[in-house]
Amino acid sequence: MAAKARTRPKQVEAPGGEPADTLREYYERMSLVRAFELRSSEMYARAKIGGYCHLNLGEEATVVGLMAAIETRDYLFTGYRDHGYALLRGLSPERVMAELFGKSTGISGGRGGSMHLFDSESRLFGGYGIVGGQIPPATGVALGLTYQQKPGPDAAAVMCLLGDGTTNIGAFHESLNLAGLWHLPIVYVIVNNGLGMGTTVEKAAAEPDLYKRGASYRIPGVRVDGDDVLAVRDAAREALQQARESRQPVLLEVMCYRLRGHSVVDPARYRSAEDTTIAQDSDPVPAFRAQLIAAGVLSETDAAAIDADAEARTTAAVTFADESPEPHPDDLFKYVYATSVANAPSALPGEPVMDAL
Amino acid sequence: MSNTEAPDPQATRMITYRQALNETLRAELSRDDKVILIGEEIGVFEGSYKITAGLLDEFGPERVLDAPIAEEGFVGAAIGAAMIDMRPVVEIMTINFSLIAIDQIVNHAAKMRSMFGGQVSVPMVIRMPGGGGQQLAATHSQNLEVWYAHIPGLKVLAPSTPADAKALLAAAIRDDDPVIFLENLSLYSAKGEVPDGEQVAEIGKAAVVKTGTDLTIVSYSRGTTTALDVAQQLQAEGLSIEVVDLRSLRPLDRDTICASVRKTGHAVIFEDDWLSYGIGAEISATIGESVFDFLDAPVRRVGAAEVPLPYAKALELAALPNAAALAKVVREVLNVSPLPVGAH
Repeated sequence: MAAKARTRPKQVEAPGGEPADTLREYYERMSLVRAFELRSSEMYARAKIGGYCHLNLGEEATVVGLMAAIETRDYLFTGYRDHGYALLRGLSPERVMAELFGKSTGISGGRGGSMHLFDSESRLFGGYGIVGGQIPPATGVALGLTYQQKPGPDAAAVMCLLGDGTTNIGAFHESLNLAGLWHLPIVYVIVNNGLGMGTTVEKAAAEPDLYKRGASYRIPGVRVDGDDVLAVRDAAREALQQARESRQPVLLEVMCYRLRGHSVVDPARYRSAEDTTIAQDSDPVPAFRAQLIAAGVLSETDAAAIDADAEARTTAAVTFADESPEPHPDDLFKYVYATSVANAPSALPGEPVMDAL
Repeated sequence: MSNTEAPDPQATRMITYRQALNETLRAELSRDDKVILIGEEIGVFEGSYKITAGLLDEFGPERVLDAPIAEEGFVGAAIGAAMIDMRPVVEIMTINFSLIAIDQIVNHAAKMRSMFGGQVSVPMVIRMPGGGGQQLAATHSQNLEVWYAHIPGLKVLAPSTPADAKALLAAAIRDDDPVIFLENLSLYSAKGEVPDGEQVAEIGKAAVVKTGTDLTIVSYSRGTTTALDVAQQLQAEGLSIEVVDLRSLRPLDRDTICASVRKTGHAVIFEDDWLSYGIGAEISATIGESVFDFLDAPVRRVGAAEVPLPYAKALELAALPNAAALAKVVREVLNVSPLPVGAH
């Protein structure tokens, strides 16, 4: 069974060669994402967060590894499971939580919500709720970069995240074809958590080894263990280097587990007990924590302090979001058009479509 | 006197709609190196309808980018390029094929600026021709303008003359929002006077292209040329018809429509799309909501028969709105009889 193939021995060996500070920082980030997502789940249950809400729980090592590899000059596109990426792109938990709360202090003033986190300054280019919708625009940013810069170690590249289920949609294949054809500086990262909502990869993809799907487009594919933060980081760095220096697009498949349901409201009853056990056993946050303690990088006290700090930051984020003002209805039409033109509609429900002549 | 004289601001040339588009693309490519063209067969083949003739030779394959048959992919790629300050002008071979890209247009291009709180804009143009009458059968003859005119975040233009094709295309390319630029297959070879030099129209404004006092015909794109023909024909019968050319379907210039109807008291909408939920339905509702008290007769619409357009010429002609149908409805609204044959 596929689930068995994903089983592997627990990591106990010390992460050799990495500076202790780096490892500690990675654990801090993993702990922050974990705390933020658990709090998001709680806030959703308390109806502070509306709409759909998809969490990175279980994917923290993947999130941290990918975000350790990407440079500030690179552009990041993601699907709708995007909270952790926004935090590690440097956005404050306060402003991200405020966006989830739909408040005016949110990163998009509350207009996008959980699925559409966007920050132009840090080049987090969204947050897309339509499965696969992010892939053609991400490919287009890579196209745009070819007009604006030469390839080289200082060039920018694009990282486009997508889920395993997304590899079955046409936009994925059309985009990979364009990237292969036009030699675009982009890395497509399949975050393969084994499930597209409730459908397994094996039931959705005729080629379930998803990293092989670039072959038709002469895009090399690489698969990496998503519970291994260093392996993810190194594979993503290598891929980004090929993109920025050789304009060679890469397809990187990161194997991880979704610890809970598809979204906050999904109890995931379709999941086998075995699969659930594997997901829990391979939970990267306690695993990495234990690994660092065993390696002497962290003491139990250090780790507890890091976790407490993540909790405190998350609590501060909730307080900030809770106390922030709602967006004002007067600003309803504010961002519909960048260039204002004559006769743009601005009637509220019940108002006449135009002023009396 | 110097030998080099300033261009005459009044100078015009008689050129085709196709030529006006081609010259405007060339001028905009020359003016701004952020402008790039993307589309199927626009380079080596020079465009399915030759709108991009000569541009590959002049600007090279980086600026005039031949795309594979992948509308969702290359329209989406143009969106991405626009997000980082390029100004792509996409050609979709016909509006019918835009349905393959509609997720990118409606769910993405139209939404990004608003959904991301004004942090990004999508300055791009999607040019595409539509329209029936070429015996291209049901899948290649559609007028799907309301699909796009319905969507906040898009701007939708539909020029009827070579001069407007020039001035509205320049405006669309310089606009910072996604603009759907609707051309019409039957207009490409139509000729008209086009002013020389840079011309940039104001988006969102309709034009009264013929003044009159008895009835207002509202139309756009190809329909406006038919409306003008009918108005001229009815002039001979003593009827004074005003013609409003919408030019912009979104935003819609309700003021110009209603000001005209307030004056004439009668309105007929002539549209190439299907009647149900069409452009005319929106205009009729606007007139009813805003200038009902000035109407002397119910508003009427003349549009396409609601059928997938057949290939056979006889059936195609029966389904498409034409001058005879428009003239008939105008007379009905004004409650006048046609002149007997040979009366003039």
